[in-house]
Order: sequence, then structure tokens, then C-alpha cells
Amino acid sequence: MTITQAIIEALESLNGNKMRSGLTVLGIVIGVAAVIAMLAVGNGAQESITGSISSIGTNLLFVFSGSPDGPPGSGPGSGRSGNNDRPLTLGDADAISDPFAAPSVELVAPVIQGSGILAFAGENTTTTISGVTPTYFPVRNMELAEGEPINEEHILGRMSVVVLGPETAIALFGHADGIVGETIRIEGQPFRVIGVLVAKGGGAFGSEDDSAYIPFTTAQARLIKRSARDEVDVIFIQAVTAEAVPQAAEEVSNIIRSRHRTPIGYDDFTVFTQQDFLSTFETITGVLTIFLGGIAGISLLVGGIGIMNIMLVSVTERTREIGLRKALGARKRDILLQFLTESSLLSLIGGIIGILFGWFIAFVVGRVAIATGNNFVPVVGTDAILLSTSFSAVIGLFFGIYPASRAANLEPVEALRYE
Amino acid sequence: MDLVIEARDLRKTYKMGEIEVHALRGVSFTIERGEVVAIMGPSGSGKSTMMNTLGCLDRPTSGEYILDGESVAEMTDDQLASVRNRKVGFVFQSFNLLSRLTALGNVELPLRYAGITEGRRDRAKAALEAVGLSDRMTHRPYELSGGQQQRVAVARALVNNPAIIMADEPTGNLDSKVGKEIMNLLLRLNKERGTTLIIVTHDPKIAEQTGRIIRLRDGELDLSEEEGTK
Repeated sequence: MTITQAIIEALESLNGNKMRSGLTVLGIVIGVAAVIAMLAVGNGAQESITGSISSIGTNLLFVFSGSPDGPPGSGPGSGRSGNNDRPLTLGDADAISDPFAAPSVELVAPVIQGSGILAFAGENTTTTISGVTPTYFPVRNMELAEGEPINEEHILGRMSVVVLGPETAIALFGHADGIVGETIRIEGQPFRVIGVLVAKGGGAFGSEDDSAYIPFTTAQARLIKRSARDEVDVIFIQAVTAEAVPQAAEEVSNIIRSRHRTPIGYDDFTVFTQQDFLSTFETITGVLTIFLGGIAGISLLVGGIGIMNIMLVSVTERTREIGLRKALGARKRDILLQFLTESSLLSLIGGIIGILFGWFIAFVVGRVAIATGNNFVPVVGTDAILLSTSFSAVIGLFFGIYPASRAANLEPVEALRYE
Repeated sequence: MDLVIEARDLRKTYKMGEIEVHALRGVSFTIERGEVVAIMGPSGSGKSTMMNTLGCLDRPTSGEYILDGESVAEMTDDQLASVRNRKVGFVFQSFNLLSRLTALGNVELPLRYAGITEGRRDRAKAALEAVGLSDRMTHRPYELSGGQQQRVAVARALVNNPAIIMADEPTGNLDSKVGKEIMNLLLRLNKERGTTLIIVTHDPKIAEQTGRIIRLRDGELDLSEEEGTK
């Protein structure tokens, strides 16, 4: 018997029991479709999250004050007092800007942050106010929808100007365009709006569309008071390339260590990179995807057991047929091939329909996500298709082998006598 | 003398739990090519075991069995399958046709297992013509009468040009008129083609149409009436 003949015979046989074959195939269809859809949703979630992190800028590093081991007095290294911790200062930022000390660093943007009430014509909104330098906008990949960013002149003159995030602008003005030149009040003091940012969507630190940016010196002098002179809250650093980020992190750490004269093995600051965020979220979504896929895999397994069950019934029902075929000269492997072909065909057909069905589910999920305003596109990967196809083929073979070998090993005499 | 079957001291022992059942206790005989032989005996005489052994469905526990020049007793399962395919044609009491296949498909089955693809359809058609069913080739078994189904089975048995045809109560499920037709068909094919015909039966009317009767009793040859009446 050739494979082609075996496939034709198997199709005839499956066709002879349409209801039963259909239900068995359905088990596999549901399993494969679930795997495809779940993996697609998982991958989609991953891409959507990593995409939004990437939009912050992949060359980005952050330096915070405080030890990575947590606040002093708690956790590892708590034997040391945190009182000697020195805050980050403008001096630190200047030192990092030195191209000889830190060749991997492209741009440095020190920031102080606070929150305050913004008001315009009776409208109030509370938002984050950041005191920034001109380098801030290129470092954070921020573009202006209109107006101009904060420049050196604003810094030197401690000018009362503000760049608004689009959400903040809408909160105050009801619209985000044509507001350059208006004067708003921040904590009661008048500020002239010089620019509005392009909307970016949600980021790793909440929405950056809802915020106000004023010159660093203005913030320092008039809005955000810090105990130490020239203290900054965060230093944003752009590395020359994405590949240079680890190198830049090392250079930055060394500079601040020597400036702060920290004890060996204890840093009073933390350097965090974009890659750290990405890998953290990739781990989370990876686990999520495996979890979803695993649950779907269980339903595929159940489908496989369905195949085994139906094949066992079929072998029992067809004992006489098997006996006859053996009497006519069928060898063991002929019978084995016949039943394995049937079970493999069941799972193969189920697999193909399941892929289409799963694709459809993923498509519908994507449509629902778009309709509800989420930027989320399920991704049906080739890997998911290959995985579920090969998995369902393996299931067909694995769960077919036992019934098929039972059929192949029937004694012809016994099988012919079977009623 | 051209022997197609040589059986020497065939013994078959089954184990039923603790008890050993001796189905055959040393049976020896020969059958010449072209002979028509009936195997008779009351139930429990070892008739079925004899038919299974001669048809290569089962191996004897001991003894030697040579079918058409091949020693069968020591063969593996797959070798036995091959011998059945090439040398034995079976006709069963209950026809044993596959209901999913057409008459033609059923007759083709032994050729499929023989690995024959070229001319398979023509050979199957020729076999069906030989049993007088050229107008029923595409019918499925449930569309055929009992006699027609048994004709399909006969066509299936002879399609591979076997050395022997083993017929196990071939008329048992048919009324006497149709049964007679099937017997005549088998005898005619024997005459035309010279295929050795072995009929296992308990019906004396069938047995008396054969050339020789081998009688079994308690797993041994019953030598009191060795010769057939014809």
C-alpha cells in the first residue's frame, strides 16, 4: 500500500462516519484555534508594550538619586547610614556632559519635578511641572506640534514661559492648537505659552501628554524649592547609540561615584536604562504568552485524547475488517499505516481549520481593540502557526499510535472470529 | 505428483488458562494441485484450526506445513501475510466484504496489498467477469444480494491467482438454490483454472461434490471414510 492509497482509504473511511469525524476534528480545531489566538494576543500585547517603551527612546538612560538597594535603612546594605547620600546636582549633570569623561554620552538633561495648579480663564488643572533644559526635548524624543521649545535664552533669563503637553492644553483651553502666546497662571504666577507638544500616548511613567515644561532656572528660583543648591531630581541621558547604552551607564556611574565619593560597593544613585525596562516588560509579557498558550495547549491535548478515544472505538468496531485485511495479505505496517493516516488526517484537518479559525479570532480581537480605542494589534506569527501545526500533527501521531498498533497486532484468526 | 499442500504431523495446542487444549494432535496429509477437497468434522474436531493453519492465518505449534513449495510453519507474521496474499484465496461464510468499497474496490484489495498498481483495475474487472458480475462492478455490498456478494468474495479470492482457495462454509448463509450456484461457480473455476479448492463444511451435500473428504475427529484424521463419493 502506498501513502496515497492510504490517504484515499482514510478519507473514505472518515467520510463514512461524518458526524463522528466532524466532532473529533472539532476538538482539534478548538485547541489549535485557541493556541493561535492566545499566542497572537500575547504577542500583540508584547509588541504594543515594547513599542510604547521604545517610543521613549531606546538610547535613554535615567539617573535617580538613592541606592538601587532601596532607601537607606531598609533592605540589603542597610547597615550603612543613608545620611551621607548626596543628591544629584547640576554639577553632576555638567560632569556627565564632558565628552572626554563620558564619550558614550550624547546629551544630558537634568530635570526637577513638582506638581502645581495651572489656570486659564477660570479653568484649573493640576499636573506635573518639570524644570528642564533645552536638551530635554531631543533626549526624550519630544516634538512640538506648534511654537518653539525652551531655549538657552529662556534659561539664562529665568523667563516665565511654558511648553504644554497636549492633554494639559486641552484641559485648559479645550483645544491644543492656536494657543501659543496665551498667558496662563502656574501657582498664581503668569507664564506665557511658547509651545505645545505632539501627543505621544501612554508611556512608562503614565501619560507624558499631561504635563508642563518650564525653564530649569525658572523652576529652581520660583516654583520648585529644593534643600540643596542646584539639586536635580532626575538626569535623563541620551547615549550616542543604542549599543553604547551599557557603556554610557558605566561611564556615568564612574563619574558620579567619584564626585559623590561613595564607599566602594555602595552607590547613592541609580542608573536605569531603557533596556532594563524593555527586558522587564518582555519577561512579563513572555510569561503571559506562555501562560495563555499553555492553557490553550491543554485544550489541544484534550482534542488529542478525543482522537485517541475515537480511534480506539474505530479499531474495536472494525476488528473484523482488520482481520479480513490481514487474511487478504495486509502486513502489520499496512494496518498501522492505515490507522495512523486516519488519526493524522483528523488532526491535520483540525489543525488547518483551527489555524484559519484562530486567525479569525485574533482578527476579531484586534477589531474590538481598535473599536474600543486601544492601540493593540494581535500578531499571528509564523512561529505560532508552525508550533500549532506540528503540535497537532504530533498529537495525531501520538494519540493514533496506540490504537493503530492495537489494530496492527490483532491476530487475524481472533479478529475474523470477532462479532 | 504435484503436491500443493504437504502437512506432516501438524499439532496445535491452545492454552485456556491452566488447561491445554489440543486442537490438532498430529495430522499428516497431502493435497495435489487442482484437487477439490472437503474438510469435514463435528464441531470441536479441529476443523477451524485446520482451516486457519492451511490458510496460513495461524502457525502450527509443531509439525511441518509446506504450501506450494514454501515451508510455512516457522514464518514471521509479515511473511505469513505475504504468503496469504500470494497463495491463498479466502471465501468466508459471511462474505466479509468491506461495505465502504464498491465490488471492484473489494476485489482490488488483495492486489493493493500485493503492491500491484499497474493493471490492477483490469485484473479486478476480469475477476468479476469470471464470476458473472460484470454489470455490478460499481455497486456497494449492501446493494447486492447474498449470492452476488459471495460472487464478489469469490472474485476477490481468485484475483491474485492463488495456489489454493479456502472456502469456509461458502454456502452457509445462502439459500439452497443460490448455494448451489456458488458451489457450481467454485467447481467451474477449479476446472477452468486448475486452482486447488478446499472447502470446510459440515454439509454432506456439499462434501459429496468434492473429489475427496478429509474427516477430522478430536484433532486427528478420521480414516474410516477417507475417500469422497464422487
